[in-house]
Amino acid sequence: MGETSINFAKASSAALQDQQLRGNFRRAMDGLMSKRAVQFADTAEWNGVRTLGASVRLRALSKLPELLEKLEANCTKNGIQVHWASTTDEANAIVLSIMQRVNAKLVVKGKSMVSEEMHLNAFLEKHGIESLESDLGEYIVQLDEAMPSHIIMPAIHMNTKQIAHLFKQKIKEAEYTEDVAQLTDLARRVLRKKFATADVGISGVNMAVAETGTLCLVENEGNGRMSTTVPPVHIAVMGLEKVVEKLEDVPPVISLLTRSATAQPITTYVNMISSPRKEGEKDGPNEIHLVILDNGRSGIYADEELRNTLRCIRCGACMNHCPVYTKVGGHAYQAPYPGPIGSILMPQVEGLEKRGELPHACTMCNACVEICPVKIPIVEIMGRLRSEAVHPGDAVRGAGSHASKAEAMVWKGWSMTYASPLAYQFATALLAKLGNAAPASLPLLKEWTNVRAKPRFANRTLHALAREKGIPDV
Amino acid sequence: MSHDGTTNRPDIERPESVYFFGTCLVDLFYPEAGMAGMELLKAQGVRVVFPQGQSCCGQPAYNSGYREEALKVARAQLDYFPGDWPIVVPSGSCAGMMSKHWPDLFKGEPDEARARQVASRVWELTQFLVQVLKVKFEDQGPPVKITWHASCHAQREMGVTDEPKALLRQLANVELVELQREKECCGFGGTFAVRHPEISAAMVGDKVADIENTGAKAVVSGDCGCLMNISGALEGGKKPVRGVHIAQFLKERTHG
Repeated sequence: MGETSINFAKASSAALQDQQLRGNFRRAMDGLMSKRAVQFADTAEWNGVRTLGASVRLRALSKLPELLEKLEANCTKNGIQVHWASTTDEANAIVLSIMQRVNAKLVVKGKSMVSEEMHLNAFLEKHGIESLESDLGEYIVQLDEAMPSHIIMPAIHMNTKQIAHLFKQKIKEAEYTEDVAQLTDLARRVLRKKFATADVGISGVNMAVAETGTLCLVENEGNGRMSTTVPPVHIAVMGLEKVVEKLEDVPPVISLLTRSATAQPITTYVNMISSPRKEGEKDGPNEIHLVILDNGRSGIYADEELRNTLRCIRCGACMNHCPVYTKVGGHAYQAPYPGPIGSILMPQVEGLEKRGELPHACTMCNACVEICPVKIPIVEIMGRLRSEAVHPGDAVRGAGSHASKAEAMVWKGWSMTYASPLAYQFATALLAKLGNAAPASLPLLKEWTNVRAKPRFANRTLHALAREKGIPDV
Repeated sequence: MSHDGTTNRPDIERPESVYFFGTCLVDLFYPEAGMAGMELLKAQGVRVVFPQGQSCCGQPAYNSGYREEALKVARAQLDYFPGDWPIVVPSGSCAGMMSKHWPDLFKGEPDEARARQVASRVWELTQFLVQVLKVKFEDQGPPVKITWHASCHAQREMGVTDEPKALLRQLANVELVELQREKECCGFGGTFAVRHPEISAAMVGDKVADIENTGAKAVVSGDCGCLMNISGALEGGKKPVRGVHIAQFLKERTHG
């Protein structure tokens, strides 16, 4: 592993020690799982809408370059200014140049995972611009100077008590309360003032419709609408995979998204943004900019199997159902996208040398695949990335960077033994005889026996028993 | 028999003979489960063949990213199942590897067609007992309360969800109490348990707590990987619950 690699094992170990955190996640994810199950209780309906959702995403990806061109043309026609960024640095620079032109000092932000990917807040702060998160969960996380731990519920790792303490500590006018309504009200009061005075609003994009040049934004709190309507300039940032072909593609995807994410049949706000304020209109920004980010996505697009990663609609259901994520929480992944989707997306975006550990943060139980509303073969891609991590190749950046000579030798020896009946029978007979003498302190066995009894080799193998009992061989 | 629709595989005629693929974990750690599996099949009047040349489906290397090594081991198995008989496997995980992943593993290889043919004949043991042999068990054991752990690969790769429980429910004196989180992974995951021992321990800890909450005397499973993990944790934690493979449990209850 390279020096820049991120240590999931170490971070997850710390998370496992934190009983409060574990309890918070277990409760939250159990709740989300059971609520979602109610939304999709009708198996036939689930299969139908899921197939439709997957086909919408697949169709969009199958003609991605064409749709992006169409999106740019139609947005431009509508008066939305389109910018292309191949890296997060470029995207940040574009955002900054717009801000500097309008002399912006304060920005309000709706929730956007792409801006997390860009580390936009830190970047803006460095350039003297205050950037305030307006989604309640994001606001909490920002106050806490932490990363979101879930893509839908950024502050899911905290309970009310922890949030109450945080507010008391960080908000001047705050009085300590554990009353959720009062806490929400407090955040609202702080944010309202900012909405009114912000120079620029930033948002993400849930879907961009190529045929109409429309940006769709799904949210519950109204902060997204405030951020995109009140300030004179609106900047939307999106990953280039977020395009869909037609307006009629939007409803099935939104239905899958909201039900998978928070088990809501629909959210409180579905914003369809199609142009800046027109003459005679009473609200809306004077300028809208759309920044379309690549950041490795065109490389992912180029590989037919890996391309399926880009189907993702960012509902977070895979993390809610992941037994590993449920144990360690989002911060252990140290990535804007945690959980199963993050474990396949991050290594492709940032390279295996840095993120090669993430595809192993998985037991391959397939719970995520079972639940994914657009049928991403997450575990298959996980397996592919594990293989890329140990074999030199050019599909994913950093391929071969996790190749360890010792590990390769172990598997080579294993395959030689297991591919030869004679060697296999000799080795297993030996293990049956002597295997139990291995001390529990042996390196790998020690990890196992920390919480488990030592596995016991049977005296005689199944091969030997079958021979003795006269089970025919051919 | 009702299915959840994940794999409604076409019915096949009851065969005169079947192959038994023992799996490497059964071979070394749970041979009695393998023997019980074969005896259950024989008790239904089916001839069972256990090819002595077999070793492993290749899954450990495959899941670790070592596909060439997995292919080498998988390829070595092809020779030992030459007939058209079904191949019955007492493990959802290994059955899943053979029937779902071999076609990908052998893609573009000269023996791809042969591997696909072998893969198409693979059945998980309980799936075969229920769907093909349509077994009817008569319980001969004393009253006992048990619970069932569903292996991830059996349920999500092989689509085997109802079959094992249907078999257990045939036993008149057996009370089956379902786990609160039946579908949740036990944290074994092959090399995952070794690569991430602490997370794996936390996962099996939740599983053990779930098992204890049912008040069951035994946890029955169809996969030796899960079983080794769960019963190892039960034993390590000095819990008075026994982990047992479904083949062995069924055999004990019916003609043991």
